[in-house]
Amino acid sequence: MEYILHILIFMGIYGIAAASFNLLIGYAGLFSLAHAAFFGVGAYSSALLTLRLDWPPLAAAAAGMAIAAILSSVVALPSLRVSGDYLVVTSFGIQVLLYTVFLNWTGLTRGAMGLPGIPPASLLGLQVTGHLGYVVLTLAALAFTVWVLRRVVLSPFGRVLKGIREDEVAVEALGKHVYRFKVLAFVVAGSLASLGGSLFAHYVSFIDPYSFTLDESVFLLGSVIVGGTATLRGPFVGAVILVGIPELLRFVGLPQNVAATVRQMLFGALLVVFMRFRPQGICGEQA
Amino acid sequence: MGVILEARDVSKAFGGLRAVNGASVAFAARQITSIIGPNGAGKTTLFNLLTGFVAPDAGRIVFEDTDITGWPPYRVAIKGLARSFQDLRVLTQMTVLENLCLARPNQAGEQLLANFFSGRRVRKQEAAERERALEALEFIRLREKADEPAHRLSYGQQKLLVIARLVAMDAEVMMLDEPTAGLDPSMIERVSDAIRRLVELGKTVVLVEHNLDVVRALSEEVVFMNEGRVLEVGPPARVLSDRDLINVYLGLSA
Repeated sequence: MEYILHILIFMGIYGIAAASFNLLIGYAGLFSLAHAAFFGVGAYSSALLTLRLDWPPLAAAAAGMAIAAILSSVVALPSLRVSGDYLVVTSFGIQVLLYTVFLNWTGLTRGAMGLPGIPPASLLGLQVTGHLGYVVLTLAALAFTVWVLRRVVLSPFGRVLKGIREDEVAVEALGKHVYRFKVLAFVVAGSLASLGGSLFAHYVSFIDPYSFTLDESVFLLGSVIVGGTATLRGPFVGAVILVGIPELLRFVGLPQNVAATVRQMLFGALLVVFMRFRPQGICGEQA
Repeated sequence: MGVILEARDVSKAFGGLRAVNGASVAFAARQITSIIGPNGAGKTTLFNLLTGFVAPDAGRIVFEDTDITGWPPYRVAIKGLARSFQDLRVLTQMTVLENLCLARPNQAGEQLLANFFSGRRVRKQEAAERERALEALEFIRLREKADEPAHRLSYGQQKLLVIARLVAMDAEVMMLDEPTAGLDPSMIERVSDAIRRLVELGKTVVLVEHNLDVVRALSEEVVFMNEGRVLEVGPPARVLSDRDLINVYLGLSA
């Protein structure tokens, strides 16, 4: 039972990260590869502020979101360029940069040794305990994420983002400050990813840089694509599938080393199959 | 009539090519002015210079007594100088009505935080903007297409939608780049009719147009460009009967 709750919590956490990523990729058409890094910013902010400065977890998570928001707008600067290729390359650079900071600023992050003993989450002095407690907390964070994303996506602001995805020159000609919208999309997406990261850190109580690699960004990208870009439900469905499948493989009884390889290959095959047969993802509508 | 928009001695070179070379032209308010000239005369570049999509190497752009030289396109558009594109740039994945709602200026809901802290005001304004967008759609007589995705419109209907978008923007000056190119005669008539009615709304219209029948029928004034310069400005009856200019237009030596 605990095992199933554990999987559900992970699905929720990665669902939050994937859904926020979708705001960039799906709705605004801004292709970034740095999302796991912002997830990491949240995790490290929460871990460090609670461990070193004894901040309450909620305040630490909020601070993490603020830090991620600022860093996100820095990533967005090069998106001033009209061509999307610049952004992919720059975001890749940011991902590598932040990962390197996590790994090598050992004075702060203890590098590869990671940060153990992160205190559990607490809300208004009430400590979250047990898997059930985290399920409830994850659901609350999910609800908050969905609420924020719905407000953004279904608003006139979201309409401008969808316009930008199609043709940013046209949108600029309509009198919209395209650059401002792009930066704000990054800020919202980055801070929500950070929220997911904070939850992750408090839940697993130990973090190291390897949870925030380029691979993780690609994993989140996979969740968005499999679930369906530019849909509110899609990334959650994608996260459930991509977190769930490797767990199902455990019951097939493959040896540990084979299982890891099979998992990787399955992930790759899944992306190829989806691109070929259902590029709009599970929740996407037929174009 | 007063001048609403003016290019003063503007130049723009792309590499060695002087696309616009010291062009000066003033557009009178509340009338239709057409810019004509052979391909490569610099008409579209002049459009881009006037609307901020290209910054001039030299010269000034003055709109409603404000020097807007070097302004980014979105600011120029907000101030009331809007344009269309030869390749339309309709947002085909959105509905027709969404295309028009997007064009509405000053929307509270485009401020990110307003959607969280003043939801009621945003929703109220959104309902009003929808009405204005439908009016713009009424203007081109395509109301029944409101909820269709724009890619389902015919090419001619998309050209009308481009005009409706300018109406929804409520711009003072509307610059249309080849509004009738590629259309059949009945659609040309519909587009021409819509353009005439823009002036009835009190708008200023500037066209780049190759169809000289349309130019003759619509414009009060014609600006003739060649090799990046303005060669002649005058009523269509005079400019279009100038033998030397027509020879230039047809590529015959004058």
